Amino acid sequence: MPVTIREMKIAIASGKGGTGKTMVSANLFYSLQNAGMKVSLVDCDAEEPNAAEFISGSSAGVSLVSQKLPVIDTEKCTFCGKCFEYCNYHAIVFLPPANFIQVVSDLCHDCGACVYACEYDAITEINKELGKVNTMQVNGQCRLIEGRVNVGVYSSVPVVKKAIQSLNCEDIAIYDSPPGISCPFIATVVRADYVVLVTEPTPFGLNDLKLSVATLEQLDKPYGVIVNKAGLGNREVYEWIAQKNIPLLMEIPFDKEIARIYSEGRLLAEVADGYQERFLVLSEKIKQACHE
Amino acid sequence: MKVAITSTGDNTDAKIDSRFGRCSYFVVYDTESGSTEFIPNPNLESIEGAGPASVQMVASKGVSKVVSGEFGSKVKSIFDQLKIQLIVVNDPSKKISDIIELLNQK
Repeated sequence: MPVTIREMKIAIASGKGGTGKTMVSANLFYSLQNAGMKVSLVDCDAEEPNAAEFISGSSAGVSLVSQKLPVIDTEKCTFCGKCFEYCNYHAIVFLPPANFIQVVSDLCHDCGACVYACEYDAITEINKELGKVNTMQVNGQCRLIEGRVNVGVYSSVPVVKKAIQSLNCEDIAIYDSPPGISCPFIATVVRADYVVLVTEPTPFGLNDLKLSVATLEQLDKPYGVIVNKAGLGNREVYEWIAQKNIPLLMEIPFDKEIARIYSEGRLLAEVADGYQERFLVLSEKIKQACHE
Repeated sequence: MKVAITSTGDNTDAKIDSRFGRCSYFVVYDTESGSTEFIPNPNLESIEGAGPASVQMVASKGVSKVVSGEFGSKVKSIFDQLKIQLIVVNDPSKKISDIIELLNQK
């Protein structure tokens, strides 16, 4: 079914860090918002959210994200091992000869299987706070939703999911993805209609682009590439995407002035000539690709 | 006393494996009988949780000490509670036979 512009969900991702995901996300958000569209930006890079440094809004609520964590009462536990067998994540260490059983909290995925498995009422659950989702209102009808995981929390996935769930479904949404291709990236892109991979024309950029593409192929997601810092490095990224028939959506030059604007927390689309139009052209290309 | 050593191969000429949870083999060495048992690590390809699962594996063999190149953050507290001593060997060129020799000197 074709996706209309009104409900389009676009993830901005990249394998390599520092290629310009947040720059593209914030500029695309600003350009669409300035063109009068209702758009939300979701900062899914919950370990280091920074989209709010480029977009100002007024706080419109904070919701906490927590998970349930099993606690095993060793007085009631008979060391039958059923909870251990049910746990798919190696989150229970069980040594029956030593009467030793312990939950490894970082590995617990809050599935509840151990509680279900226990026939002796020995497992209760406590809440563990993982992070929060901050919502900011931007110019009336637009929003910035920021996932922020607590320091030391093993996985940001529950916070990413909650941030995306906080959207209204009618919005155009831009998901500023975490770098890499592990679980937080997958939790972000799997909820998008289209993925924009931002890369740089260097061997590092190409290596990580290949990894991202291989992951998106498995997820069967449509995607295209933005080459940021164009002029740096070599032509290998261009040759590879041409050979793979991957659309080149946009190029952003390697330019000290662009770096200066970004480092001052400002947006290209706001202060540099022609960039708002260029980001609107990008959104049109994505819309067309979603309709194909 | 039994000691577990992480190994890159299945014989005593193999070098120590610098990783604990994702080592290739565990060697269980019995200091009294001098016997060695090589166990392929079943957790090598685990997506996550290889460390705690490997703790369970070596603890079930009744070892009192574990020798490896490094131990991850999730396993240290479990080993502490099980009163199993960790020995870090920072030299990846050491063979299993070298480690056994060092253990016998103590």
